[in-house]
Amino acid sequence: MPTPLLLLSDLAAWLLFLVTLAYACTASRREHLRAPWRRVRQQPVAMVAAVVLLAHVGITLLDSLHFAPQAANGTEAEPEPLSALDFVLTPLRTGVETSYSAPFALLGFDRESVLQADGRVVREYPRLRYGGAHLRDPAQRGPDILQRGAIGAGAGALAGWFLLRLLWPAQCRLWRQRKDDPAGRAAALTLLLLCVLAGLGGALATRYHVFGTDKVGMDVLYQSVKSVRTGVLIGTLTTLVTLPLALVLGVAAGYYRGRIDDLVQYGYTTLASIPGVLLVAASALLLDGVMTRHEDDFSSLIVRADLRLLALCVILGITSWTGLCRLLRAEALKLRESDFVRAAEALGVRGPRILWRHLLPNVMHIVIIATVLDFSGLVLAEAALTYINIGVDPGMESWGNMINAARMELARQPAVWWSLSAAMLWMFVLVLAANLFADAVREAFDPRTREATPSARPAGT
Amino acid sequence: MMGYFVRRLLYAIPILLGVNVLTFALFFLVNTPDDMARMQLGERRLTPAAIEQWKVEHGYHRPVFWNAAQTGVTQLTDTLFFDSTTRLFRFDFGKSDAGRDINADIAERMGPSLAIAVPVLLVGLACALTWALTIAWLAGTRLDFWSGVLCVAMMSISGLFYIIGGQWLLAKLWHLAPISGYADGLASLRFILLPVVVSVLASLGGSVRWYRALFLEELSKDYVRMARAKGLSDARVMFGHVFRNALIPILTGVVVLIPSLFLGALITEAFFAIPGLGSYTIEALQAQDFAVVRAMVFLGSLLYIAGLMLTDLSYLIADPRVRLE
Repeated sequence: MPTPLLLLSDLAAWLLFLVTLAYACTASRREHLRAPWRRVRQQPVAMVAAVVLLAHVGITLLDSLHFAPQAANGTEAEPEPLSALDFVLTPLRTGVETSYSAPFALLGFDRESVLQADGRVVREYPRLRYGGAHLRDPAQRGPDILQRGAIGAGAGALAGWFLLRLLWPAQCRLWRQRKDDPAGRAAALTLLLLCVLAGLGGALATRYHVFGTDKVGMDVLYQSVKSVRTGVLIGTLTTLVTLPLALVLGVAAGYYRGRIDDLVQYGYTTLASIPGVLLVAASALLLDGVMTRHEDDFSSLIVRADLRLLALCVILGITSWTGLCRLLRAEALKLRESDFVRAAEALGVRGPRILWRHLLPNVMHIVIIATVLDFSGLVLAEAALTYINIGVDPGMESWGNMINAARMELARQPAVWWSLSAAMLWMFVLVLAANLFADAVREAFDPRTREATPSARPAGT
Repeated sequence: MMGYFVRRLLYAIPILLGVNVLTFALFFLVNTPDDMARMQLGERRLTPAAIEQWKVEHGYHRPVFWNAAQTGVTQLTDTLFFDSTTRLFRFDFGKSDAGRDINADIAERMGPSLAIAVPVLLVGLACALTWALTIAWLAGTRLDFWSGVLCVAMMSISGLFYIIGGQWLLAKLWHLAPISGYADGLASLRFILLPVVVSVLASLGGSVRWYRALFLEELSKDYVRMARAKGLSDARVMFGHVFRNALIPILTGVVVLIPSLFLGALITEAFFAIPGLGSYTIEALQAQDFAVVRAMVFLGSLLYIAGLMLTDLSYLIADPRVRLE
């Protein structure tokens, strides 16, 4: 039985998950907190996006359970810790080819010298070691893919249906009674679709490289799935840095005014006036320096990559808290003149308590909107930063690294397009879901849009 | 009003000082002058004497913030920080750690940066505003819905896709433009095309949605209904009233960018190998050339502050109700 091993980012991920759960518990018991979420719940698009996002969160959490490596036979280099997801994806992880191969290919992408049975050496496209290795006759590929795909999709659909009955029996009942809940139905259908896709992928990926393989023969599907964790963590952990800074400083500045306000304003103007990319680049390069100088402290590659990921989150957080802080300060300035704050002051409630009990709950909608809105931008930023080598560790699976490794290969004839497309497509799905969900959240939480929406259409159209 | 700007200018001084302290702290937190000397001199000519000499030549032999060896005020003034900061405020950037004249480098590289950044801003603004105004006018129709879908999709596509896709389509398949690089004079037009198209496309979705929301908010106000009731044409309502009133938030987002155009877009320039100030900064960071980095950071924050002041000024022009006290 492998022993669990908690990396720092795992800890942060689970912590964030628990905090979110705690918030959900609190919110579900209070009507005023529940009301906006109920508005989100009624929108089919938002629910579809939410299911997709939850699936990504699930992958992330699964990938955030690491186990200490089993002691190898001694001679090899020290094995890296594996995550729960790695165990699930074992056939993909271990099915390593020698170099590039196209999606569903049986043959390698480059010619290699192959020793024939009669001793001659011939330059030809070698059969892949794992991709479609079970097929004797290459002509069998099409029917085999269809058959396996159909079985996999069927199994996925069945599993999805059971999952739905288990997790959401009310929805199944509604379905049978033909009651109307379009948002719920959309979510349920999305769940089913995801299960079918997972079944399809599972059935095919054990025998083929569904998205092909990369330069060192790694399965691209495996890399894409592993990249989910990097993207989601950057999108969420950064918030963990941003929120405390922006909340405490912004609300305090708005409420106390005077010296504190001057100081906070000075702080965020100074930070904001340095171009963000520059700050990130400088910090990343400095970190590089530290890591090369203290190489002994980062024994394991995964620990090193993990620290670099966390550092990137901290840096991105430090560069991005200023905007939210400004918003919160303005809101606190407005709220401090409101009647309930005046009343609390008249009753002798002290400053910190007013901040905590009266101001903080009233700016939470801004915080929620900002958090959800930032997510998609951060996922995209990771890829762009990694692409110019100031993002996550080059050894870490991330969409930025995949794109970076693949961009040169577009120039080949024929082009190696699959790595790039897989990363782009997956990133697109995640970011699109995040954007759509963020839209719904903003609409539900922002008091301004709530009032403006019904009359937003000009008369006559 | 003059008083207002003088106050803003005075207020800029502590901010620039703060920025400089931050740059110094970040850089010297993990870098010692010895490291920098090693980096610049290369591994071969490495003797302790050479390192010392390099440090003296570039002024890194002095303490960074506090000179304990001196007495009185000179404890503060005879330091690397004080000296380089006062020179920055005089716009005398001196020599880079690699030995080149920074002022000359900046002057030379400003052209390419502007050649990319100005068209990107203007074309992008024109496209986004036209699209958003049309869609706001057609709000609630099917066209509005599909434009919304398109915008969200465009927002969700990674900027890398636009870059790689653009390079592949425009440069490799259609041979319309070179993949990257730059040339002087008229020949630069060919090189500018691709970065401009890509940058405009990459930011279009987000800005159209933002502008559309602004226009719709104005459209829902009473004065618009009043204007329509008076029988004004749609064009008069959209351009004369809605556009005019939405101008303040638009200016807030746009004017602040204008001065920083000089610095170019760091990432775009890096991708397309444009020899502008953005790639200059990235190169300097990679080479750990501290003299260049601090000059560029200083310049960047100065231009940002200038942008904020320019924004205030633009309010005066756009909205007669605004008074700067």
